[in-house]
Formats: sequence, structure tokens, C-alpha cells
Amino acid sequence: MVEFALPKNSKINGGKTWPKPAGATDVREFRVYRWNPDDGKNPSVDTYYVDTHDCGPMVLDGLIWIKNNIDPSLTFRRSCREGVCGSCAMNIDGQNTLACTRSMHDVKDGAVKINPLPHQPVVKDLVPDLTNFYAQYASVEPWLKTTSPTPQKEWKQSHEDREKLDGLYECILCACCSTSCPSYWWNSERYLGPAALLQANRWVSDSRDEATGERLDDLEDPFRLYRCHTIMNCAKACPKGLNPAEAIAELKLKMVERQI
Amino acid sequence: MSFDESHGAPKGPSMRTPLGRVRNLGAAHSGTSDFWRQRITGVAMTLLMIPVIVIVMMLLGRNQAGAAQILGSLPIAVILLLFIFASAWHMKIGMQVVIEDYIHNEKLKLVSIMLNNFFSFAVALASTYAILKLSSGV
Repeated sequence: MVEFALPKNSKINGGKTWPKPAGATDVREFRVYRWNPDDGKNPSVDTYYVDTHDCGPMVLDGLIWIKNNIDPSLTFRRSCREGVCGSCAMNIDGQNTLACTRSMHDVKDGAVKINPLPHQPVVKDLVPDLTNFYAQYASVEPWLKTTSPTPQKEWKQSHEDREKLDGLYECILCACCSTSCPSYWWNSERYLGPAALLQANRWVSDSRDEATGERLDDLEDPFRLYRCHTIMNCAKACPKGLNPAEAIAELKLKMVERQI
Repeated sequence: MSFDESHGAPKGPSMRTPLGRVRNLGAAHSGTSDFWRQRITGVAMTLLMIPVIVIVMMLLGRNQAGAAQILGSLPIAVILLLFIFASAWHMKIGMQVVIEDYIHNEKLKLVSIMLNNFFSFAVALASTYAILKLSSGV
């Protein structure tokens, strides 16, 4: 059956409260999920105080400030710090988003609560294990598939056909959408999830691709595709403003279209 | 739940590659029919809801003879039969989705889906029998 409660070893205990930075006049409280695979303890939530005059405005700036000034053991992924790479996806104040594009001032009064992306195995602290997520992306074979002889120059595409990829190609695979989806929580081994399905639709919608039918064949499955119940958490979570639910609906429409 | 706890797979660390686990038994190449039928029956129930409510209001407070007289009308009996057919089918598909969502034990899932089919069919048949009996004035 579906597990509605956390396993015993995942129950969160009270954590450490770190001292406020000396001399700081304006501090913001951060409550951050901590778990170390090496110490055998349950996860905890540590409390930190960030000197907002000494760091940038984004939540990621706060985390980097904590790592540099208070606790070097705090572990999280980050790279581009401008919403392009998708590395710093985490759950901030109950919402999956990118720490680099979420301003700490947008988080309502009180502490900035930070957890790893939901319902994924945790590697350490805020780092989730996205192995399954990436394998699902690979399973939709996200590359151009053709059988016609390769043209001397490029595969051509009209402006109108290119526009059909808008809202699909921008996905940065941060996993905010998939890990916000209850259907994905319950069936992540079999349901491909919003991100992989949005990417699948990106290739199904590409006028240059010659494997549309085979792609749809591989998606037509009660679990791979039809676990989507239009909950729409994906569209709410996407930090790039994309709508994976709409992309999935388009896939379903194409499935019906080729049968009727 | 770990990958290995699901779908009757052996417990313990899996040596399969992540892609192998995702591909697993391959696509079922089905699901669209159920998806489409759920929409058809949903639209049908929406269209039939008002006439069914009107018919039920007409039946309120009448004795069996009065009910049999109303249900003796062909359009009324057909509307009720269509509503029963659509709702039983919709119920069957909807419940199956819920079972597939939440029950991960393969054996329990198969038994639940089987019982769901039996139950939906029995409800549809019993309701159809009742309407036919009343509409034929027996």
C-alpha cells in the first residue's frame, strides 16, 4: 500500500539552533533539513540566523552565506545561480522551486523553511537522489530520431512548427514538477512524471522527428502516461512558468486522435 | 517505497540499471480506451443528470403502480438505462484508477480489480433488471 507516514528512520527530530551572528542588525531565520548518512541518526531541522545585510537577496544566497559563515557541513547542489541549470531545486516554504530565483523576501513572515525535494531518497541534507528521474528522462529518448537520409545541411522546420516547441524546450529538468506530483509520489517507479512527459511531448511535437508513432507507442500505458490525474501541482511548481499538465493533456489527445 | 518492494520484485538491493528498472516490462500499449470511455461516460452522465433528476422527482411519493406507469414510457426507461450504463462504467473505471494508484501489492491489486469489475457489473445488472421489471408493469 501507499505509505502515508514517514518510515521510522526518516522521522524528523529537533535540530540544533546555531547562534545569531555577532553584531548583525537584521537577521533572517532559516530552518533547514539536515540528514547525514554517516552518523546513523534521524533527520533534523537546524535553525540558522542569516545576516541579510551581508548576503544577497535570494534563498540560495542565504544558504551559501550559512555554509561560508556558520556551518560548512551544510550540503546542497548549486551551480549557475540564475535559474538555468536547475541544480538548486528544493522545497522552500512548502513549495518546490529554485533557491536561486526565490527571494527570501517573498517568503512570508517568519522562518525560511527549507527541505529537500519531496518523496525522493536523500543523499545528504538538501541533496536528493534523482537517479530514477534522470533514467525516466532517458527512457523517452530525448533526441531527434529519423529514418530519411540525413540532409546535406540541417533538418528544416517552418517557423510555425518551431513555435509548437515553445513552452516545452525551456524545461531545465530541475524535478520541481515531478516531485510535487502526488501521483508521482505514489507510483514513481512506473509513472514517468510531469518532467519526462513534457520532454516526451517536446519530441512528439517536433515536426522533424520521424518516430512520433513509436514514441506514442512507448508512452501508451496505464502507468507511464495515464497516472496523470490533472492535479496541476506541476504547473504551480514549475520555476520556469511551464505547464507540464497541458503537455500531458496534449499527449493524451494525440493518443485519442490516432484511435478515432 | 523502494523500487524493490513494489510489484512482487525480490527484496534486497537491485543490480538492474536505472534505465532497465524504468523500462521494466515495457509499455502496455493500452489505457487510451479507458481514458476515452471515462470521458464519454462523464459527458453522458452530465447530459443525463437533469432528465434523471426530473424523473426521480416525478416518482417521488408514488406507489408501485404509479412508478410502473411512468417507467412504462419508452423514453423515460431509456434515459434511466443509459444513465445506469454510463454511471456503472464510469464507476468501474474510476475505482480501478484509485486501486492502481494506492494498492501496490500485485496480488491484492488483481483481486481488488476483479472484485471491482464484479461489483460494477452486478450493480448495473440489478438496476437494469429493476427498471425493466417496473417498466414492463410486472
